[in-house]
Amino acid sequence: MGTFLAPHGLAGGRDRKTRHDTRVTMLSRPLPVAALLGTLLATPAHAKDDLVIGVSSFPSMMHPYINPEVVKQYTLGFALRPVTALNAAWTKECILCAELPTLANGLAKIERHADGTEGLAVTVKMKPDQKWGDGVPVTTADLAFTAKVAHDPLSGFTNNQTWLGVESVDVIDATTAVMHFATVNVLFDRIPNLLPEHIERAVYEKAGNAADYIKATTYNRAPTTPGLYNGPYMVTAYQSGAQIVLEPNPNWSGTKPGFRRIVVRTIENTASLQANLLSGDVDMTPGEGIGLTLDQVLTMRKQQPDRFDYVFRDSTAYLHLDTQLNSPLLADVRVRRALLMALDRKTMSDKLVDGLWTQADAWIAPQDPVYAKGLPHYGYDPAGARALFKQAGWNPGDDGILRDAKGERFVLELRGTTGIRLNELFQAVAQQQLKAVGVEVTIKNEQPRAFFGETLKHRTFTGLAYYSWLFQPSYPARQTLGLDQIPTAANNWGGSNYMDWKNPTVEAALKVTETELDPAKAQVAWTTMQQAYAEELPVLPLFFRPESHVIPKWLKGYVPTGHTNYGTLHGEDWHSE
Amino acid sequence: MTRFILRRLMQALIVLLVMSFVIYGLIGLMPGDPLDIMIASNPGATPEVVAHLRAIYGLDQPLMLRYWHWLISALMGDFGFSRIHSQPTLEVLGPALLQTCKLLLASFVVSVVLSFVLGIVAALRPGGIVDSFISLFAFAGISVPVFWLALMMILVFAVNLHWFPASGMANIGDGGFMDQARHLIMPVTTLALANTGGFIRYVRASMIETLRMDHVRTARAKGAGEGRVVLIHAFRNALIPVVTVIALNFGTLFSGALLTETMFAQPGMGKMIYDSILGNDFNLALTGLLFATVVTLLSNLLADLAYGWLDPRIAVR
Repeated sequence: MGTFLAPHGLAGGRDRKTRHDTRVTMLSRPLPVAALLGTLLATPAHAKDDLVIGVSSFPSMMHPYINPEVVKQYTLGFALRPVTALNAAWTKECILCAELPTLANGLAKIERHADGTEGLAVTVKMKPDQKWGDGVPVTTADLAFTAKVAHDPLSGFTNNQTWLGVESVDVIDATTAVMHFATVNVLFDRIPNLLPEHIERAVYEKAGNAADYIKATTYNRAPTTPGLYNGPYMVTAYQSGAQIVLEPNPNWSGTKPGFRRIVVRTIENTASLQANLLSGDVDMTPGEGIGLTLDQVLTMRKQQPDRFDYVFRDSTAYLHLDTQLNSPLLADVRVRRALLMALDRKTMSDKLVDGLWTQADAWIAPQDPVYAKGLPHYGYDPAGARALFKQAGWNPGDDGILRDAKGERFVLELRGTTGIRLNELFQAVAQQQLKAVGVEVTIKNEQPRAFFGETLKHRTFTGLAYYSWLFQPSYPARQTLGLDQIPTAANNWGGSNYMDWKNPTVEAALKVTETELDPAKAQVAWTTMQQAYAEELPVLPLFFRPESHVIPKWLKGYVPTGHTNYGTLHGEDWHSE
Repeated sequence: MTRFILRRLMQALIVLLVMSFVIYGLIGLMPGDPLDIMIASNPGATPEVVAHLRAIYGLDQPLMLRYWHWLISALMGDFGFSRIHSQPTLEVLGPALLQTCKLLLASFVVSVVLSFVLGIVAALRPGGIVDSFISLFAFAGISVPVFWLALMMILVFAVNLHWFPASGMANIGDGGFMDQARHLIMPVTTLALANTGGFIRYVRASMIETLRMDHVRTARAKGAGEGRVVLIHAFRNALIPVVTVIALNFGTLFSGALLTETMFAQPGMGKMIYDSILGNDFNLALTGLLFATVVTLLSNLLADLAYGWLDPRIAVR
């Protein structure tokens, strides 16, 4: 482990000796110009107890439930801990709680309401020795307050699915509370961040309404307030658009944090971010979609194989092609299967990303406990694809492009977003491969705001739409597959079932995955859904994209998770060596 | 003079009013809704939550109504709340403006001084070797994309030589003058080089034209030294068209240093305005763009006043 690669994120990357040699002062040189230049060139001292993380975006504010952003949840992982979370093995674990509530241990119980319906009573036992950054204990009062605020639909909170189901909270004592869910809900044991009641209650009550609370919350107005954080680190400097500084929380009772300071620095241009990494101005870039792109990391690995550790972690990021089921071209399932069979996904993965994209058969990643094995797989088979097209009434014309009985050519539109080189490469290769089986593809890429805000939202794409989802493991897929999630004017264009997929069997199974607490019974429903998805192909599943992290060789204890409970939730284990 | 300034200020107010309406309308016409992007990778965001967010941010109201509310509030001194920064717009504007002032003023001074010197030197021997080199330099400055230049600067001076930090505004825990200066050197140089090329061309052309004028020939005939002829008799007269270009450029610079700010992670006005437009942050976009408009209008006013100083024959009424 060379000492020359010190965590020199705060400035240029030279060793201690060189810094010493170039460190001059105005008094030590006779010529003012030389002295000025020398001082400008001097690199400030920095030690391995600082870690600078380069990211490509900046959070709009630090409130955990307002404006969901990957970079915010990533940064908050160091400073604000949830009650429960999924760990790197994709299993649930207690963070703030002492014991994970389950039916088996009796902490979760089905209770019957007066009207005969069933709900859940979930007892939460908090660890007794936890404190906010200002020394105030983390208690069930925080839990009750968070439930109250987050349950209010007018709060405009997102990422609060669990809280929306909580009807009331009985506080037994400072460390024990019972949450009452209105219905049986499989999300009962996914209890996210708590808000500090001793700080935020006054703000919430004074605000009077949701809009004013969003503006007035202390996370927004004074994000460096120590009492807002209960993790191993807390935010000590917040420079909007530039960087967030985290320093150890003196009241943290867990493992002692490994760094004196962690700086999350925003460099939006990823080419510049890469250069900053090489210059040593940042020490690492995370792989959770807020650092370098996968192709940039692969290029770096080829150019600088020994300088950094390159960590690739299988993730839930699901690359896919939504199909427009209302299009006459795509209404026939044989056509959709043929399209998938015409894509040589293995070669694409091998050539474009060194084989790091894992082929998908449905939206559930293979590491997910509810993943169903033995799903229909549509491997590369151009002959089979042509045969399916023929069965569906599409035959090659003189120019090689498929035609139906009326002589209409098979011209398919492929929509996506601009600005991501790897996406554009995939589209170009897919265009060629589909042309080889007689499908003419027209690529139309747009700015993300137009793609997500108009094309997908109003379902105006006529063929295929290429983008990715980031799912939480074992999370019910209502938003993307539910019948009530087909965007229409009637539901204010809400929901993300952009394909307009209506499958009653899947809808019934979806309901089971939302409410069935018996894992075996729930798994049957999960398998039913994945089977139907893979057979009908409302979406052409492509790949699961790995997280691609670039970390310094001296950074130890770094364990990425591959899902939305990021590795920063164990950031106290990160240390230099 | 006073009447002239007052009249121009009144005109500026009308321009600002029209601009505010046009900007608000144009942003409103852009496709998509920022909340859709916000939830694009968040399958957990329900339609109900999105609808509530839309209502909270006022995005469910007609565009004209939103503009009217903004205008009334702005006239009262309240420029609204930035949706993407979750802060009052003026609080967002302040730090961005400070950063932009540091970056732009420094680069502006460098580029003006450099272009004056090189433009004059080139004009003294048009077509000579020195002129050719300076013209090459000027065309390179005009032609080279800023993002490429910035990246090259980073690769050479930060990655390879380790002379300067590749990004940021100051080191944590330092932030002194010299520390900030170190962080500013590369962005200032990049921006200055990008602007100098154009300025050189204007100064050179204007100087060549002026040096051929009768009054310059007369000054030489009267025995004035070459330095005095060039700097006093020619340069002052040559400045009039150059001042117009520079004044217009100054206003543009205030909102147009986007690439430099992005590449060197120096969040200033350009980046702020760009993000606010893309994020449908009407309040912030309007405030930022109107501020840039004010700077442009004031620059023009100053240029007009400078004409009178440069050439007493031009009277400001």
